[in-house]
Amino acid sequence: MTNLLSRLFGRSKKGSGATAKDRLRFVLQHDRINLPPERMEEMKREILAVIVKYLVVDQDRVEIDLEQRDRTHSKLTAEIPVAIHTPASANKAVESTVAAADSAGANGANNGANADAEKDDTVDEVDKAEAPDAAEDAKADKRGNGESEADRKS
Amino acid sequence: MGGKVVTISSGKGGVGKTTATANLGISLASLGKKVVVIDADIGLRNLDVIMGLENRIVYDLVDIVEGRSKLRQAMIKHKKFDDLFLIPAAQTRDKMAVSPDDMVKLTNELREDFDYVLIDSPAGIERGFRNALEPADEVLIVTNPEVSAVRDADRIIGLIEAADKGPGKLIINRLKADMVKKGEMLSSEDVFDILGLTIIGIIPEDELVLSASNSGVPVTLNMQSKAGMAFNNVARRVIGEDVPFMNLDENLGIFQRLVGLLNGR
Ligand SMILES: Nc1ncnc2c1ncn2[C@@H]1O[C@H](COP(=O)(O)OP(=O)(O)O)[C@@H](O)[C@H]1O
Ligand SMILES: [Mg+2]
Repeated sequence: MTNLLSRLFGRSKKGSGATAKDRLRFVLQHDRINLPPERMEEMKREILAVIVKYLVVDQDRVEIDLEQRDRTHSKLTAEIPVAIHTPASANKAVESTVAAADSAGANGANNGANADAEKDDTVDEVDKAEAPDAAEDAKADKRGNGESEADRKS
Repeated sequence: MGGKVVTISSGKGGVGKTTATANLGISLASLGKKVVVIDADIGLRNLDVIMGLENRIVYDLVDIVEGRSKLRQAMIKHKKFDDLFLIPAAQTRDKMAVSPDDMVKLTNELREDFDYVLIDSPAGIERGFRNALEPADEVLIVTNPEVSAVRDADRIIGLIEAADKGPGKLIINRLKADMVKKGEMLSSEDVFDILGLTIIGIIPEDELVLSASNSGVPVTLNMQSKAGMAFNNVARRVIGEDVPFMNLDENLGIFQRLVGLLNGR
């Protein structure tokens, strides 16, 4: 996700040649494993959805990436930080997840109907993957029920 | 085994396969090699006009395969080089008229009498490409420093490797050194980073290529042409010479060179 965002918005002022190179790298990475970008994002969401059934995950720091050494060697790597189960830390992880949903929700509300696909995506991703009660909170928030539930809890 | 079969391929159309085949054929012949060039682009015959031999065609590749013509009868001798021949594509048939096995048989016969058999592959990844690939000892992949051309090259490279014909070598065609300098075009290093194949040629963009195709005299016969010189260098590398890559910046104006200096390049 962060990858996609930085690809879309983080482009610094460099020549179109460098842009061409970045775009080629991206497109070939997917061509070579025969998995288009959106399907890859879908896969990441599914992987996370399974994991959060069992573990509390710090969603903001999840990194699932495809590494490519050359045409014939690709490797999917995942770094998925999980909360250690002491009551305090578990709470904390849930809170930070909610906060992410929160800001995305707030953005969506600010932009009203103009909220673009990228932002919707973010919200979806977080919603789906969250622990059920946290997801409820985020949804309530999106509806614009004033202050975040999470904030009130903390 | 005798001669060597070199297939010129690309994936994407219009990147310079036919231009490269014609020029390599002529350069190899001028280096004293016995050469046949085969136009495998059935239905879209082109190599004949690029080589200026269009009005001498009697038989074509399909006539040979279907037994209407002896191999020798269909081979057209070049006007300047006695040891350079063209086997033209059929214009009114489709690619299915020739099979990969037909091409293997044909080239095996040619190997006995010639040093190099160059095959101009059609665009795409279908039958025509398979026909050109099957008999190859070596594959040269032509690409342009452009996103779509490099992407298609990557696809072709994968197929070539899957067919155990790899690794191919790259010809980067239509490079504009001034644009690369400005950062507005993929450099040959960029293309190498991405595709990871040895580069056997870097051919500059050159207006003389168009004049050459207008007149049917390939650009490598024109001493003024940078592209012609670059193609000639490719031919020398094909026969195993170690030729340094030419400096494509030389034709930049003094002003541009000054700007380059000021920018510390
Ligand atoms: N180095 C070059 N500089 C300028 N024009 C070129 C160069 N190489 C090829 N061309 C032009 O590009 C076009 C396509 O070339 P061609 O050899 O027919 O491609 P292909 O066989 O891959 O379809 C032609 O018009 C040709 O004149
Ligand atoms: Mg062609």
